[in-house]
Amino acid sequence: MAKANDYDDIPGTTVFDAQRSRQGYHLNMFCMSLMKAENREAFKANERAYLDRWPMTEEQKQAVLDRDWNGMIDRGGNIYYLAKLFFTDQKSFQYVAAIMTGSTQEEYAAMMLKGGRPPEGNRYKKDWKKKRG
Amino acid sequence: MSHVPAIGAALDNGKSGEPYWKKVFDGFERSKEWIRKVKPDVILLVYNDHAVAFSLDIIPTFALGCAAEFPVADEGWGPRPVPKVIGHPELAAHIAQSVILDEFDLTVVNKMEVDHGLTVPLSLMYGQPKAWPCPVIPLPVNVVVYPPPTAHRCYQLGRALRKAIRSYDEDLRVVVFGTGGMSHQLQGPRAGFINSKFDRRFLDLMTKDPKALTRITHLELLREAGSEGIELVMWLIMRGALDEKVREVHRFYHVPASNTAVGHLILENLK
Repeated sequence: MAKANDYDDIPGTTVFDAQRSRQGYHLNMFCMSLMKAENREAFKANERAYLDRWPMTEEQKQAVLDRDWNGMIDRGGNIYYLAKLFFTDQKSFQYVAAIMTGSTQEEYAAMMLKGGRPPEGNRYKKDWKKKRG
Repeated sequence: MSHVPAIGAALDNGKSGEPYWKKVFDGFERSKEWIRKVKPDVILLVYNDHAVAFSLDIIPTFALGCAAEFPVADEGWGPRPVPKVIGHPELAAHIAQSVILDEFDLTVVNKMEVDHGLTVPLSLMYGQPKAWPCPVIPLPVNVVVYPPPTAHRCYQLGRALRKAIRSYDEDLRVVVFGTGGMSHQLQGPRAGFINSKFDRRFLDLMTKDPKALTRITHLELLREAGSEGIELVMWLIMRGALDEKVREVHRFYHVPASNTAVGHLILENLK
């Protein structure tokens, strides 16, 4: 196991470092393949069959099929790669961000209009523990 | 300046007049006027590739686009309806040679597609022209796979670029774009993170005391500007290319554009 990193105490945040980029290599490269229109068509026609062309773990494949965005991040996915998947679904960054935070699109958009998620109470994991008491 | 992809989509889909987006575009009216007057001969555009030209196969920390032209990439929606980007291979080759001998071992790229990171800033400055008004030299920086280069390293690269541009035979007017940011987080349960206080201080220091910004750590950027806000290091490349003392011509700050705080500065050397 890699040693702990100084950024591991930021709540709700996964830093895409070299370890994670190794873990998520095939998942991310699958996403990148969706930059070609013919691959998007092949994926949409049969998602499972398309995924099976990639040496991804079963958990990674299932997270893609379920569009479990946090699950993909946990398994080495990076948001800029996952963007190719949600663009294929004709969805936006904001749509996916709302899902990852467990809020509805409306709630999330309203939070952003009010200035976003503030730094107060969102800097350290201990802040979130307190909040959730 | 920021490069939020939704800004490009708003412009491309005719939504720039809607109240939500108008607030963003209005902040660039003054900038459009400024760049029309300044008429750069070349733009050196510091940006990050978003897993488009570079994949996890090859991750250059600093690269320089030396090609004659750069096609606009299909990022999953089809390519943005914007003109292709024309390069300046002669100046780019000179810069590469100069900065590598100055100990910045950047990657020379002779074939590359460009994504919203490069085209959205051009759209904000020029609107929707049939062709971009001048050649552009892309300088992509890795900020996708942690760690990106440090703020200090970016500033020093800016210094080396300045030397390179000044030593070119032809007297060209070069405008340097530093893009990305400001505070934002696109992933995980902390997505939507914005820190206006941090951003405003960053803008102040960009003008008055950039050396203070070179001491900022990645940990502070991640915690205070968000996991994607770390791309603010790219602004320091632009700042390093300028004189120590600069004039702030224009400033704009706005929250939100989609998930992001939009920040924009125009700085000029005094002479």
